[in-house]
Amino acid sequence: MKFLCVDCDHVMAFAERQLPGDGTMAAVFACEACGREIAMLTNPMETNLVSGLGVEVGGRTVPEQPLELVRGTVETGAPDAFADEEPSLTPGTVAWSEEATARLSRVPSFVRGMVKRIYGEWAVERGIAEITPEVMDRARTDLGLEGM
Amino acid sequence: MSRRIRTYRDVADPASEDIVAQVSEQRERLERRLADVGATIAVASGKGGVGKSAVVANLAAALADRGLSVGAVDGDLNGPALARMLGASGPLRVDEEGAHPADGVAGVRAISMDLLLEADAPLEWRGSEEGVGVAREALETGALREFLADVVWGPLDALVLDLPPGTDALARTLGLIPDLDLLLLVTTPSSAARGVVARSVAAARRAEVGMVALVANMTEYRCPSCGASEPLYPDAAVEPLAESSGLDVWAEIPFEPALASATDAGRPWVLEAPSAPAARALAALAERVVETT
Repeated sequence: MKFLCVDCDHVMAFAERQLPGDGTMAAVFACEACGREIAMLTNPMETNLVSGLGVEVGGRTVPEQPLELVRGTVETGAPDAFADEEPSLTPGTVAWSEEATARLSRVPSFVRGMVKRIYGEWAVERGIAEITPEVMDRARTDLGLEGM
Repeated sequence: MSRRIRTYRDVADPASEDIVAQVSEQRERLERRLADVGATIAVASGKGGVGKSAVVANLAAALADRGLSVGAVDGDLNGPALARMLGASGPLRVDEEGAHPADGVAGVRAISMDLLLEADAPLEWRGSEEGVGVAREALETGALREFLADVVWGPLDALVLDLPPGTDALARTLGLIPDLDLLLLVTTPSSAARGVVARSVAAARRAEVGMVALVANMTEYRCPSCGASEPLYPDAAVEPLAESSGLDVWAEIPFEPALASATDAGRPWVLEAPSAPAARALAALAERVVETT
């Protein structure tokens, strides 16, 4: 799929992806010649079609996680289905503030471990020592994880 | 004069498409994960209610009981029962390698949606209120791909897949495992089941699956008191299907009510009552699988 800026005859580049958490998706593309931006909006069915392929529009922002599709898309998952181990690079290098831990606890437990792993890896890559709600906000925007 | 807008082919190089690269990476990941699997065996039925999952659980247990390392994938996402039949339970440990399968009887490693869903809950996908039916097939194929590619199987002698009823499931599986080593088609001797499994035979032929064989389940009922046996279906005969399809019947498994109750409770019949006629038939099936794959 490509978006062409008709005025500039220039292929628009992927700029940003947002998942507001209601099953829909917004993917922003921008024309590097004139700066025009457009957003492609998908309904839940279209979003699921893309999820089923296991691909991400605009490219992956984080490595594919184990059972990512199942954990991110199944509505009726058991809270205790998974026992997630912390990534080996995270312990001792990234701490979770009380507020961030409280916020993480609101993520459904079926997918919580995976989300925690993604935040942890994102923080480690940037040398961030403590994950706070502000860090989570930055990571969510950066990774397109608004649904998490 | 209307303007000409450049086409996709004008502006894109499909080989360098990011989506193509992501799909290629998925395929490579699946191939890497299955590289240490000796034989891939799919068990399908065409029609539901023929006891396919019980055959899978007992086949996997019989293979493992022979000292083989065995994995079991429950491809029946909407009617999952394989983990329970194998006595496997969660939670699944997840680490950087992937999700680790649940250990079942005789060391069979299992993955099944029944390890992941809330008790008694159906499989529901997010967004189901807005026409998820169209996307359901894509999601189910993706979930099966993850069961194969994201689970830390380790080296296996055999990976057994329990496919849901229907010929579409076979096509979906072959899309993920084109080099399937063996397809077992389970049928009862009833004319209705035979008719449906004939469609699966045709689908397997079209897909050029290497080896296909029939398993006739619930062929007869044996009286536990006097030992006399009677066909369970009035028109019982699997030979016509074998003859018309040119496939061998690798097992004829008699109906034993205790097989179902024990297997449903996580005690496969081949381990629970190895001398029972049905258990002997299933053990012989495992023997045939080992000899052939």
